[in-house]
Amino acid sequence: MKPVAYPWLVWRRRLLNYTATGLSLLAMAFGLFWLLWILWTTFSLGVSGLSFALFTQMTPPPGVEGGLANAIVGSLLMVGLATLIGTPIGIFSGIYLAEYAQRGWLGEVIRFMNDVLLSAPSIIIGLFIYTVYVMYRGHFSGWAGVFALALIVIPVVVRTAENMLRLVPASLREAAFALGAPRWHMILNVTLRASMAGVVTGVLLAIARIAGETAPLLFTALSNQYWSTDLDKPMASLPVVIFKYAMSPFEDWSRLAWAGVFLIVVMVLALNIAARVFFRRKTG
Amino acid sequence: MPKSIASPSPPLPQSPVTRARRRSAWGDMLFHRVTQGFALLTLLLLSGIIVSLVWGAWPSIQHFGFSFLWRAEWNPPMERFGALIPVYGTLITSAVALVIAVPVSFGIAFFLTELAPGWLKRPLGVAVELLAGIPSIVYGMWGLLVFVPIFSEYFQPVLARTLGTLPVIGELFSGAPIGIGILSAGIVLAIMIIPFIASVMRDVFEITPAILKESSYALGSTRWEVVWNVVLPYTRVGVVGGIMLGLGRALGETMAVTFLIGNINSFQGFSLFLPGNSIASALANEFTEASGELYTSALIELGLILFLLTFIVLSLSKLLLMRLAKSGGTQA
Repeated sequence: MKPVAYPWLVWRRRLLNYTATGLSLLAMAFGLFWLLWILWTTFSLGVSGLSFALFTQMTPPPGVEGGLANAIVGSLLMVGLATLIGTPIGIFSGIYLAEYAQRGWLGEVIRFMNDVLLSAPSIIIGLFIYTVYVMYRGHFSGWAGVFALALIVIPVVVRTAENMLRLVPASLREAAFALGAPRWHMILNVTLRASMAGVVTGVLLAIARIAGETAPLLFTALSNQYWSTDLDKPMASLPVVIFKYAMSPFEDWSRLAWAGVFLIVVMVLALNIAARVFFRRKTG
Repeated sequence: MPKSIASPSPPLPQSPVTRARRRSAWGDMLFHRVTQGFALLTLLLLSGIIVSLVWGAWPSIQHFGFSFLWRAEWNPPMERFGALIPVYGTLITSAVALVIAVPVSFGIAFFLTELAPGWLKRPLGVAVELLAGIPSIVYGMWGLLVFVPIFSEYFQPVLARTLGTLPVIGELFSGAPIGIGILSAGIVLAIMIIPFIASVMRDVFEITPAILKESSYALGSTRWEVVWNVVLPYTRVGVVGGIMLGLGRALGETMAVTFLIGNINSFQGFSLFLPGNSIASALANEFTEASGELYTSALIELGLILFLLTFIVLSLSKLLLMRLAKSGGTQA
């Protein structure tokens, strides 16, 4: 090998490269470290709070044994309804953006606004529902919570539905047209069906996102200490109950809060992983 | 087709094929309009949010005028409100979060795109995305009950002894190590936004054409030189877009900050060890307890400020990322 003209320059470059590589490894470790720490805390503290009573008894006043049954049911009910409302709206908007408005200013504007909504602070969504629904009705209610969560579902579903529909090859569309299918028929039976796996993934991710949302429920659904499935009344939800109990000095409440955190984390992680596995299996 | 023979009028309009076609054209139109209507709903929603917030904040806007923005007083019993403390808290916690999160995210993106072996890329990428999926209330509760005690016991005194003795920035690390406060809120915010920034950076790094990177490697560049001199200049716009996205998240983050910032509505000094308040946590803590029209509308005005702030930041982020996508599209 030929001797290098400036050996110190080579060393400096090598040193810089090793330093950068080392720091990058460190950064990766830093990121994983928090994930593992948070998961470890959640699991170790959460599992000890798990019991049968958690799923059968109501949220207690301080110093009394209890569970989270009303909060769990409230969360399931509101998340379920919000998904049912938000998903079709999201899919239809996604269809419009992908099939009718690929170009043109209207599509661009809607796409832009949707992306802003996607990352908008969720507490603002709660505030919005408060001013247009809670203030109008005069009281907090489960429906208000449902609407707030639905508004968070919509942009997530719009984004994934549009992206997935755009991945469908044009030849499939042309084949359907060539057979004489009207456009709406083609969209519903060919492109939407072809991109179903992706759309379902998007919906699963949206559910994962709203399952842990606290801020938009604070001034919409509020909370409720008692069993209630009446959507016109304030309704308990896991995140809001956790918020209330975690800040309190009572031992029982804090244990219940960790158990609730455990339930939410398990559910969110399961949904995230299920969405990925499902998407990979369906699309190969 | 017997029908067309029997009919005296031109045969085509009445043939079943044409009728089906006309019906489908009508169906097409309907379907087009329905989907368009739903899409317009998104637009309506965003303008609805702004209008409703302005409407809700109107009493406060009228009462305080522009001075709301720079008054540092937040006094519910006297009904005197100003946005300075929560706005300051929001900006400073986000700044702390960015200072930590940007270099770390860059390191993670560097690792995932250039260093990690193929079999490790996917699982690590998924792990980073799972970190993004954990609800913020979990970060908040973990931060308050697990992180803060350790932080105040072991790290704050060290920070005070080292950085705290430097001129000028020493001011930021002075005071009693009580744990909760702007610094711990900023650190937990950083942990929360790292996955967002890192995954955008990874995605934009990956659009760098392989030919550019390979040319640089062929000239004898080290990995670091390739990333620093080729990948980063090529994706600069997208990287800034990713950072802005993280900033948008940090500004509006509610639960994690509410647990950690201390929720104190008066200014006590520039030290990051001190507690403060942010817009989102002021809303989370005070909104349901606010009595009186002026108090409620002052809080809604805070929400309006937050929304406009994040709207600007997120719009910039989106514009930058769009610019990168366009230039990447023409050069690829």
